[in-house]
Amino acid sequence: MLAYAIRRLAYGFLVVLGVLGLLFVLFFLYAKPIDIARRAVGEKAPSAVLQTWIAQHGYDRPWPEQLRDHYWRMLSFDFGRSDIDDVPISRRLSEGAGPSLSFTVPAFVIELLLGVGLALFVAYFRDTYIDRMGVILAVLSMSVSILLVIIAGQYVFGKLLNWFPISGFDPDPALLPRFIAMPVLIFALAGIGGEIRFNRTLFVEETSRDYVRTARAKGAGDGRVMVRHVLRNALIPILTHVVTAIPFLFTGSLLIESFFGIPGLGAVTVDAIQSSDFSTLRVMVYIGALLFIVFQIVTDFTYTLADPRVRLE
Amino acid sequence: MEAHVVSNAVVAGLVAGALYTATRVRKSRFWSESFRELGRRRPVALAAIAFYVALGLADSVAWLDSGAQGIAAHRPRSLVDRLFPAEFQERSYSAPLAFEEFYGGAGLRFPGQHWLGTDILGRDVLHMALKGARVALLLGGLTSLIVIPLALLFGMSAGYFGGRIDDAVFFAISTLSSIPSLLLLIALIVALGRGPLQVCFAMGVTGWVSFSRVIRGETLKLRELDYVAAARALGASESRILLRHILPNVMHLVVITFVLLFSGMVLTEAILAFLGIGLDGSWGQMIDQARDELARDPIIYWNLTAASVALFGLILAVNLVGDAIRDILDPRTVRENV
Amino acid sequence: MSEPVLEVTDLVTTFPTDASLAQRAEGERRPAAGRAAVVDGVSLSIAPGEVLALVGESGCGKSVTALSILRLVPKPGRIESGRVLLAGRDVRALPISEMRAVRGAVAAMIFQEPMTSLNPVQTVGVQVVEAIRLHERMSAAAARARCVELFERVGIPDADARFDSFPHQLSGGLKQRVMIAMALSMQPKLLIADEPTTALDVTIQAQILALLREVRDRFGMAILLISHNLGVVNELADRIAVMYAGQVAEEGTREELLAHPRHPYTQRLLASIPSRHRPGEPLAEIPGVVPAPGEWPAGCRFTTRCHRAFEPCATVVPRATPISDTHRAYCHAVALEEERA
Repeated sequence: MLAYAIRRLAYGFLVVLGVLGLLFVLFFLYAKPIDIARRAVGEKAPSAVLQTWIAQHGYDRPWPEQLRDHYWRMLSFDFGRSDIDDVPISRRLSEGAGPSLSFTVPAFVIELLLGVGLALFVAYFRDTYIDRMGVILAVLSMSVSILLVIIAGQYVFGKLLNWFPISGFDPDPALLPRFIAMPVLIFALAGIGGEIRFNRTLFVEETSRDYVRTARAKGAGDGRVMVRHVLRNALIPILTHVVTAIPFLFTGSLLIESFFGIPGLGAVTVDAIQSSDFSTLRVMVYIGALLFIVFQIVTDFTYTLADPRVRLE
Repeated sequence: MEAHVVSNAVVAGLVAGALYTATRVRKSRFWSESFRELGRRRPVALAAIAFYVALGLADSVAWLDSGAQGIAAHRPRSLVDRLFPAEFQERSYSAPLAFEEFYGGAGLRFPGQHWLGTDILGRDVLHMALKGARVALLLGGLTSLIVIPLALLFGMSAGYFGGRIDDAVFFAISTLSSIPSLLLLIALIVALGRGPLQVCFAMGVTGWVSFSRVIRGETLKLRELDYVAAARALGASESRILLRHILPNVMHLVVITFVLLFSGMVLTEAILAFLGIGLDGSWGQMIDQARDELARDPIIYWNLTAASVALFGLILAVNLVGDAIRDILDPRTVRENV
Repeated sequence: MSEPVLEVTDLVTTFPTDASLAQRAEGERRPAAGRAAVVDGVSLSIAPGEVLALVGESGCGKSVTALSILRLVPKPGRIESGRVLLAGRDVRALPISEMRAVRGAVAAMIFQEPMTSLNPVQTVGVQVVEAIRLHERMSAAAARARCVELFERVGIPDADARFDSFPHQLSGGLKQRVMIAMALSMQPKLLIADEPTTALDVTIQAQILALLREVRDRFGMAILLISHNLGVVNELADRIAVMYAGQVAEEGTREELLAHPRHPYTQRLLASIPSRHRPGEPLAEIPGVVPAPGEWPAGCRFTTRCHRAFEPCATVVPRATPISDTHRAYCHAVALEEERA
């Protein structure tokens, strides 16, 4: 087990290095320092000012040196400053994490409970009208662009019914719920169609297995069979699915934070895109990838806990 | 060469390719029966897709008007463009089938002829909605057609030959898939530029990853099967085994993945449009331009609605067909009849 | 004579067929359009302590018959008609909650594939305890003790340690013993064993059969043994019923059936056993194949392959012809013979 853990971590580290390499290629080989400088200082700035800016930010060094610097800094989490407004990026990260998590975490919990619960419900009533309706609704919800859901939600609940503010954010716990109600709902329900279909397929597959027949032959009731036997077995792939979603809780949702004015990490990313702030964007992508790799490894280990048949050498 | 000449040639090529595929499909009992079953299960969705495809093709066949003057002499008009008058633009908003402008009530140049109204620049909404089909199909279709052969090549090689090739491919897959796909997409587009070719390329890279992983996994399984060993024992070369035994047995995955990738890509493009890095003329762009208009009073809803319905219609049809295809082609589907 | 543990009368269980198949089948007598009677008018009875073997080729409906007894027929199959009396109670009339009380307690079932019949993520002990506590209120400790005792009874070595084993850690034979322990836990009157040894090695087969025999002797339990293996049947059965394409062909004691088979199918079946041939002799076989569901003739389903078929066979379903108190055949030819005798 320990040998496997070490190997897995080592491979994960290799992948991190690969990701950093790819990011370097993308951002540094294609972006001309002069363009970055112009965007930061101003289009019409005199050449001397631009050159000073470039030297200050180290964009004029030879590429092997920049590469080494890139790796060293990223791996030591020394993120430097934003190209555009010179704010330390790590400050952006710490400020943005809270608002992002404030709506992604409740949304995640809701989506998990509904996604599993509704799928179990629909799978139990397999091949009846409930099942067919459920699948159709799921496909319908999968086919709607999240953009439209957000726009419609803002219009109906914000403007028309005035139940929630159209956008805005206030960390005060008394005021927060009003602002995050819609973001939470939309983030939770956005992917739920696909998740219900995926879970339903798992449940239906498990239901047709022999050990379920044995349980029924013992006299177990349907409820018990669904929960104690089907769910418990289907939990293994569901768990994998779920754990890989955790990184996204941190990166927030680019769209939702933009539309609802939530000052989270997603909003930071969107700002970076729109202002071509490469240094910030590079960090955001790196963080996203890093979290993903870490949670992949966590998933592998969770798998061994959940499934007694899997014992990693 | 003029862009419209290229696109005309591409359309001709696509149609020829489709006809060729159709003749090959007819020969195979498995595929023609599957297709017939698909027609039985999802006739409406298939018809809808055919309509969108026809629209897309029609919008790709364009030519210049010989007698036109000025700018019009250099602007080729497609079959879809020709459904509408040549200079159909108004000055600003107008409601569907209205006779005057929405704000101010000034007279329209083409009163009562804009079935779905006009947008902020006075462009006919129906015209734009119809033209969006080509963009969506170009994005989804063309990108998939590039991704799939590449993914097959790398995935099958990695799965079949194993060893160093597999290590390299698997590492590439791991690295690329570790970056959340939207972020990767954005990073690629920001780095490469915001043109349509770059967007398609970026989509291709993100799509390639998940698909080649699936192909690799399936090839690993197939490699161990008895009939592969039998073929080898009969003296078949590796490439022959790959082409005649492995490839046909991953084709069902290709079809399923193509359909799923397609709808995913079109939906993702809408998000990119919102971020300002989408494709020109897409429904996503229409939606992005229109979203502020719901805040106006009285509200302007027609352009948002048109683009939304067009987008939803295509995606829903593709998802329904994709589901049915997966049920038909997936050997793991439990047949319930005796 | 005490009442039978199991009494099945005219059981009909159907499954849907492909629409196209249903259209092609002419003379499909019943049931409703698009459904085939996979079990078609089967009648059986088992006395307390008796072992009845249900024998037939794959697909003849024996497993579905067994599942029908406990109302475990998987959807989209369903029981259409017939009566099933288990220890005197009409099983089809029971509300589902009482049916569950019956399952595992009055009649218990073990299956062919021990590999997949146990929940892979629970220990075998937990699963047996579940079987116990579903029917009897008992503390966890007491249930565990009972389970360990059962394990010892069915010959599982190191029973206490085995309680905490997962199914994948046990061999096929041990898994089947666990299944038997589970089935015995509430001391049911009837044990339904669906091909219990088919998936096991020959040496293990013998052990399991010996175990079943011991169970029968010790507890006086009746057993419905389903098998396509006549050797297994010979070891264990008191009476044998032969099924073909959903119908019972012949029924009798082991001696009667094996020594004096009367139904053409049974005769041919026994004649085809390799050990009954002299070396060098070509193996006897039954020409043709079992017709697919939906393609059955209206009368006796063996008609198309029967060497003694004559006029009424294709159109009239044969009724039971008594040959002795315990021996019956469902065959027009036999009926004719008996009439003349």
